[in-house]
Amino acid sequence: MLRLHPYEYHRPRELEAALELLKEHAGDVMPIAGGTDLVPNMKHRLFAPGHLVALKGLPELHGIVERQGEIVLGAAESLSSLADHHLVRSHLPSLARAAGAIAHPMIRNQATLGGNICLDTRCTYYNQTFFWREALGFCLKKDGDVCHVVRGGTRCVAAHSADTPPILMALGAKVDTASPEGVRSVELDEFFIADGIWNTQRKPDEIVTRLRVPLPSPGLRTSYQKLRERRSVDFPLLSLALAVGLDGDDRVESIALVVAALGAKPRRIGGLETLAKGERLHDELIEEIARQAYRQSNPLDNIIVDIEWRRAMVPVFVRRAIREALARP
Amino acid sequence: MRCWERPLIEIIRLSVNGDSHEIGVPSHYTLLETLRYVLGLTGSKQGCDKGDCGACTVLLDGLPTLSCILPVQEAIGRQVTTIEGLADPDGPHALQDALDLTGGAQCGFCTPGILMSAAALLNVNSSPTRQEIREALSGNLCRCTGYTKIYEAVELAARALREQRPPAEVLRS
Repeated sequence: MLRLHPYEYHRPRELEAALELLKEHAGDVMPIAGGTDLVPNMKHRLFAPGHLVALKGLPELHGIVERQGEIVLGAAESLSSLADHHLVRSHLPSLARAAGAIAHPMIRNQATLGGNICLDTRCTYYNQTFFWREALGFCLKKDGDVCHVVRGGTRCVAAHSADTPPILMALGAKVDTASPEGVRSVELDEFFIADGIWNTQRKPDEIVTRLRVPLPSPGLRTSYQKLRERRSVDFPLLSLALAVGLDGDDRVESIALVVAALGAKPRRIGGLETLAKGERLHDELIEEIARQAYRQSNPLDNIIVDIEWRRAMVPVFVRRAIREALARP
Repeated sequence: MRCWERPLIEIIRLSVNGDSHEIGVPSHYTLLETLRYVLGLTGSKQGCDKGDCGACTVLLDGLPTLSCILPVQEAIGRQVTTIEGLADPDGPHALQDALDLTGGAQCGFCTPGILMSAAALLNVNSSPTRQEIREALSGNLCRCTGYTKIYEAVELAARALREQRPPAEVLRS
């Protein structure tokens, strides 16, 4: 049995009130949406805020609409409504697939898109009970000062384990946030930072309100691949998202490849535009892209699964992703 | 004084299996703790208690939900259905009968969660394929690993409900 610590639960009915609560209890408050990540973490005593501010009841955070050349996704929409929504399925099929591949049906009914974007990083030595962590003398990310993954390491390398960010990054999404200081909008690429302890730019009193994805051009082909031991429940051991734009002659106009679950932030594979632009995606080029991705992917021992396998699957997933993207109409 | 030094008791109104309850609960309780320790509804099981196993599955406005990681306040104003509310006064639900007939319930610990997930599936899909059943139950772990019998039970119950006959009769025919 895992008990929660006592806290006060606030259910504001509008964004203004939520921001006011975050300001009022600054330092002892956290926002909560679906709670599927935060509640288990609180049960592990990784967080123990005295106040929780529930976001699911805020109308400003709901809705999936097409507006001014963008698909606007409310941050409090559940992952199952995202995976089933007609706009997402028709315009952003790989996002629907990524959302539908998260955990299992009950988690998807509860968890939200915003929560998935802000998912805490994961590590063998972090996602454990207080008793377990205490027995090992704690770790860099929480309560301690040693890293059990990298000996002598001074930077946390817990893995970014969310499924929607890689494909959203490949699609060029932006994150809208609100805080007592005002609203802002950042590229999802810049939203994540390479620090396992806190891997987003989000301030403690900041709320993700929406994700905005540019409407894909007709020639854009996408794919999302996820490596895990079981086909349900599990977090990704490796995830890979591809968005490739083809012209009328099937030549590459743009290519974005994002690899995640290996480090603290999703990694955009570099150098692919110069390699592939203006070319057709023939076998040799696919192999070269796979080699580039392999060279730039360096998993760490932060999950109990062989790191060589996780790395070796990168080129396999690149090939699968490109074939799948080309096969889809 | 910080609030965690003394748990707050909140008075809330919950609708469980069609009954409305006005209860006092510690504000940090999950829905599962409230069901089990405040309302005495111990059918929903406390397994992993952190959202991995599905033994605590209940229906929240008809959608299967993990009550062990749901703050109880999120259930206010919504219809909660637990395993205690699945059968009707005349007898067990077809799923419960079918699980008994096929031997789908072994140690029984995962059964309440499995039944709620399966009931939610049959509410929206009267003739699910084996793959759809597997998907719907993919968040419910059975460590007796009796999955095949469980899938057969859901198929049997679906057929019994479609044909409006008891599962035992469907099995004989």
